[in-house]
Amino acid sequence: MQGPLTQFLMKNPSVLIFLGLLSAFTMFAAIGSEAFGIGFISTSMIKTLGKTLCFCLIAIAMDLVWGYCGILSLGHFAFFGLGGYMIGMWLMYERTRLIVENSMANAALPPTPEEIQEAIGTQIFGVVGGAEIPVIWSFAHSLPIQLAFVVLVPGLLALIFGWLAFRSRVTGVYLSILTQAMTLALALYLFQNDSGLRGNNGLSGLQNIPGLDHVPQSHISLYFLLASAFALGLGFVIAKLIVENKMGNVIMGIRDNEARVRFLGYHVETYKLFIFTLTAIMAAIAGAIYYPQAGIINPAEIAPIASIYLAVWVAIGGRGRIYGAVIGAALVSMLSSLFTGGQIPNIEWGPINIVWVDWWLVLLGVSFVAVTLYAPKGIGGLFDIIKLERNK
Amino acid sequence: MNEALLEVRDISVSFDGFKAINALSFSIAEGELRAIIGPNGAGKTTFMDIVTGKTKPDAGEVIWGEKNVSLLKRQESQIARLGVGRKFQKPTVFEEQTVYENLLMALDNDRSPFAVLFYRHNENDNQRIAALAEEIGLQDHLEKRSGDLSHGQKQWLEIGMLLAQEPRLLLVDEPAAGMTLEERQKTVDLLRRAAQTRAVVVVEHDMDFVRNLDCRVTVLHEGSVLAEGSLDHVTENQDVIGVYLGR
Repeated sequence: MQGPLTQFLMKNPSVLIFLGLLSAFTMFAAIGSEAFGIGFISTSMIKTLGKTLCFCLIAIAMDLVWGYCGILSLGHFAFFGLGGYMIGMWLMYERTRLIVENSMANAALPPTPEEIQEAIGTQIFGVVGGAEIPVIWSFAHSLPIQLAFVVLVPGLLALIFGWLAFRSRVTGVYLSILTQAMTLALALYLFQNDSGLRGNNGLSGLQNIPGLDHVPQSHISLYFLLASAFALGLGFVIAKLIVENKMGNVIMGIRDNEARVRFLGYHVETYKLFIFTLTAIMAAIAGAIYYPQAGIINPAEIAPIASIYLAVWVAIGGRGRIYGAVIGAALVSMLSSLFTGGQIPNIEWGPINIVWVDWWLVLLGVSFVAVTLYAPKGIGGLFDIIKLERNK
Repeated sequence: MNEALLEVRDISVSFDGFKAINALSFSIAEGELRAIIGPNGAGKTTFMDIVTGKTKPDAGEVIWGEKNVSLLKRQESQIARLGVGRKFQKPTVFEEQTVYENLLMALDNDRSPFAVLFYRHNENDNQRIAALAEEIGLQDHLEKRSGDLSHGQKQWLEIGMLLAQEPRLLLVDEPAAGMTLEERQKTVDLLRRAAQTRAVVVVEHDMDFVRNLDCRVTVLHEGSVLAEGSLDHVTENQDVIGVYLGR
């Protein structure tokens, strides 16, 4: 008798293939890195790769909620951003505290805790005209608590939002609009200077890990790449475990015919809420690993357009298959940084002047329309064709 | 009438002023097979919508089982778990999934998300699914995508899914629509066998099909019961003849 794990892997070879490719990729990055390897991959490239893996993870979440459960959420980047803010608070607070304590250590009189608090407050909130540390920063000194918040805060938001929306049987495009409203409202709130999260300045210096000043960025970036790869691998396995089991049958049933599932006796709303919240947490974890690599987070990151891009990635990669989401996110986000990063020379033929920074969005829009019209299965659909050819 | 499994009392419902159901009363006993006929717009589908919780009536009562539970305050999924199974007019199976997966979802196991999340395939369920597939004649198609089945096979799969739910009352909406003659006969047999262990209500247009079911017939017209009895009895009823001939 085989164990359940062996059975699962036998039935889903894509899990082993994916984990193998991911390990090979990480190994390649480590060997090529400046930290331990021969150094042909720059530290900023390592960061880009690590961030791309985080995008792949949130794309898996998007595929679960949209491709499998049929909920077109256009708000999952809000959870990604919230996850980033939660870890960013600890990174910024602790680093500022260490700097403040260091600089005060040489003072004639040892500083009182109140003085230290005030100095930290001025350092962090000076830009928004304050010196008081807001209440929501009460636990910013504690890494375990802020890590718990990474899961709890976005999870709770998703739970409450989802409960209200699904209970009222809001579905389809109306739900998509509601999720857009949610992410817009959150972004607008965070833009305010008195939101307690530094308004449009956001949180910065996140690439500097408190207490690890002696470790060079080349090393830190590689550690984060490894963490991103680990989280992505774990996310892939969890997603597969869900969709390849009875849970997958039920949520795909909800996607295809919600009313029928209800008449089978399943409480559809609870299932939607479960998937919505779970994927929000996955998105939040992806964000919490992403922003220390990006170094800065501000409210513009969770603008409604970000969540729409996420849907575009998944659509291009092929929704309803987990690896499709990964391919879409990796390909489109890498191309995006290529085109908008000035690596591709602009085209100037007399009156025609193509500046890629502007034209990239047009290109993306056209490919989204093309995929929707002519290849609804996305890039992942190519694998079906290969499979069919082989079975002939 | 105290042994009625389902009792519908004086229900009325109107949509934008149109009375789809008008003071309808109806009851069915445990293990009874019943056919409901009636012209278009007689309220047959709306009646099913009300019993299964999809539509709430403006007035009346729907009473279920020996504990006399009112179904009006229950959600669709709760009513389904109480033991009311419903087959829709159009075959609605989950086309992207296999016959096996369709039946697995319908089996009367625990419906809570956690039980479903940690569900492990087991011999007992596999045997039940195999037996059901045998019953509906799909034993050789278990691994087939149900969207690839023929129209008749989809109808049977849906009936199989209903049987898997182990309902005490089966509501079947136009099972014979679009079937060949041979498929119809198979469907009649299937429903008659199902009715040996549970109550079955069949809504149907096709008189030959109803005749083959050989059961008590209720005629609906303009949202209320026009006549009830054996098929021969109701077809001799002057009101029924009038309605069907359009007088």
